Amino acid sequence: MNTILVIGGTSDIGRAIALRFAAAGWRIQIAGRDTAGLAREAADIAARTTSDVSVHRLDILSGPSFVAFLDSLGSLPDVAVSVVGLLGDARRAEADPSHAADVMRSNFEGPALLLGELAERFVSRGSGVLIGISSVAGERGRASNYVYGASKAGFTAFLSGLRNRLARHGIRVVTINPGFVRTKMTAAIKLPPIVTAEPGEVADAVFASATGKRRGDVLYVRRIWSPIMLVIRSIPETVFKRLSL
Amino acid sequence: MTRLSGWGRYPGADVALLRPGAPGDVKAALHDVDGVIARGNGRAYGDAAIGTRACLSILALDRVLAFDPGSGRVTVEAGMQVNDLIATFLPRGFFPPVVPGTCFPTVGGLIAADAHGKNHHRDGGFGDQVEALTLQLASGETCILTPENALFAATVGGMGLTGVVLDATFTLRRVESGLIRQQTIVAGNLRAAMAALDEGDAAQYSVAWIDASATGATLGRSLVFLGQHATAADVGAERAHASLAARPPARLAVPFDLPAFTLNRASVAAFNTLYFRKGAMRAGASFLVPHAPYFFPLDAISGWNRIYGARGFLQHQCVLPLATAEAALAEIMQRVAARGTASPLAVLKKLGAGHGLLSFPLPGFTLALDFAVSDDIFGFLDDLDAIVLRAGGRLYLAKDARQSRPMFEAGYPRLAEFRKIRQQVDPAGKFASQLSRRLGL
Repeated sequence: MNTILVIGGTSDIGRAIALRFAAAGWRIQIAGRDTAGLAREAADIAARTTSDVSVHRLDILSGPSFVAFLDSLGSLPDVAVSVVGLLGDARRAEADPSHAADVMRSNFEGPALLLGELAERFVSRGSGVLIGISSVAGERGRASNYVYGASKAGFTAFLSGLRNRLARHGIRVVTINPGFVRTKMTAAIKLPPIVTAEPGEVADAVFASATGKRRGDVLYVRRIWSPIMLVIRSIPETVFKRLSL
Repeated sequence: MTRLSGWGRYPGADVALLRPGAPGDVKAALHDVDGVIARGNGRAYGDAAIGTRACLSILALDRVLAFDPGSGRVTVEAGMQVNDLIATFLPRGFFPPVVPGTCFPTVGGLIAADAHGKNHHRDGGFGDQVEALTLQLASGETCILTPENALFAATVGGMGLTGVVLDATFTLRRVESGLIRQQTIVAGNLRAAMAALDEGDAAQYSVAWIDASATGATLGRSLVFLGQHATAADVGAERAHASLAARPPARLAVPFDLPAFTLNRASVAAFNTLYFRKGAMRAGASFLVPHAPYFFPLDAISGWNRIYGARGFLQHQCVLPLATAEAALAEIMQRVAARGTASPLAVLKKLGAGHGLLSFPLPGFTLALDFAVSDDIFGFLDDLDAIVLRAGGRLYLAKDARQSRPMFEAGYPRLAEFRKIRQQVDPAGKFASQLSRRLGL
């Protein structure tokens, strides 16, 4: 039986991913900081699917604890997905360095270091799939949200480098850019329906990628994001700074 | 502030929307708030799930807490929706014990309305299925209630006014397939429709579509739909098994508000005649249908509430005691046919007794009619109320947006008991909805 580790298991996307894999009979390991929330998700997943679910406390901002965390998993998962992210308050992050640091560390430093540690173990074993949920916001620095965007850009670049290093070892590294997703994190924002995915669609994309049904190293959950981001990436900076995108 | 209305899109109000992420967050969300009411998926038609100042959305409270595959007993958080219950447990051979005419309400909403299904004549309402529930009280405490508690009877059908239901325990029905064995009976007039529903008491599920345009000798002509869960013996083991996991078909959508004149006397009458003839062609021997079109026919069209235009619509759902039902129904149907603006979606159904202090059902017949909001509709519905009142009937609070206080008070004889309990558990009136303020609940 296959095992997936969901890092950020109490988020809406993390929950959807865990349920998607559990429905297909996978063993589930969910990790996060909120132990009561993890227990709630574990009971839900177990009742809905009969899958075996274990919960693991993890503080993504505490890099030194990662070795002990991975040792505590019991068995090394076949697939690990990081859903950890912090949108933060863009206005506050502009002027408050400690808030900006939280955003950067939650989106980049923590997930990158943890996936890096997992990568070492996957290489020793000779197999494994690493999936990072990054963001379209990481493809261009925008006036409205650049601290978040920069941290996701860092994560995307890290995944890219890791992918290119591990390819010869048979370890796959996949970057998934969900675009807008209707979650707790975006509940207060009005989102355009055509480019906004439900958490279940992100879960479907992760599942299809992990099981080889959807190919590609960098995926947009809704394919319409591919041409949109092509345009956004290709606008010259001199023009881009005059637009309010 | 957020603009909210019910499914009928009338009336609307600006309220603060609170969104707790878990049951444990509800207490904090309610702190320092009053004039608040819990809101599920917004499927109450009128003003029942709009607070006077705030709404507490329970939609994020949708986890399954426990499930026993041996007995089918399940404990779920109150924001879990009927469609989620079905999608999760039908593949394992279980179906909710009571489902209303749409699969989108939450468990909390079903309890607050003591919603009935097509099996009410046999199995009672959703509230009758609940073995235990956890209630968040105005005081900040939570309590676990079982049917012996007086507060339980006030909470079932209590429209959210005793507190916030956090979770509930009930037992799912074991089924062998996801199919319904349906039988259609053609009833040429009202008396025949009532007789067919009387005979349908033996069926697990029964409901009638009634032609609100028919007049004269065909007044009240109906198609009576009887149903029961198809067994493996009915359909063969392989098909039964496959039907458990079958996904509902993709939904059509009404993308914008139709102009108010779309549903006029001619278009509704033409629709009704076609619907009647088409249904009558399938009358006689039973046939198999997936559960979704049998239980939730309108759910196939997303946003069907937009067909009544931008001003919204009102549903008038009354129940009439057995002894007076026939005469009162005939009078109502005559007036509706004469007015000519009734919906194509009129439903007649037999009910048993309700057990909550404010539960809608009583032994008799319930009739549900939709009307587009217009300047003259309110007076017309007041006239229908007078017929219901004289017959000893009442209106369903989950559908109501406009009945008068005297009409409500006359219909609900256990109101005084309810008010007394509410006074004990929420003396300051922390929980209040537009409906409770309008009706002086």
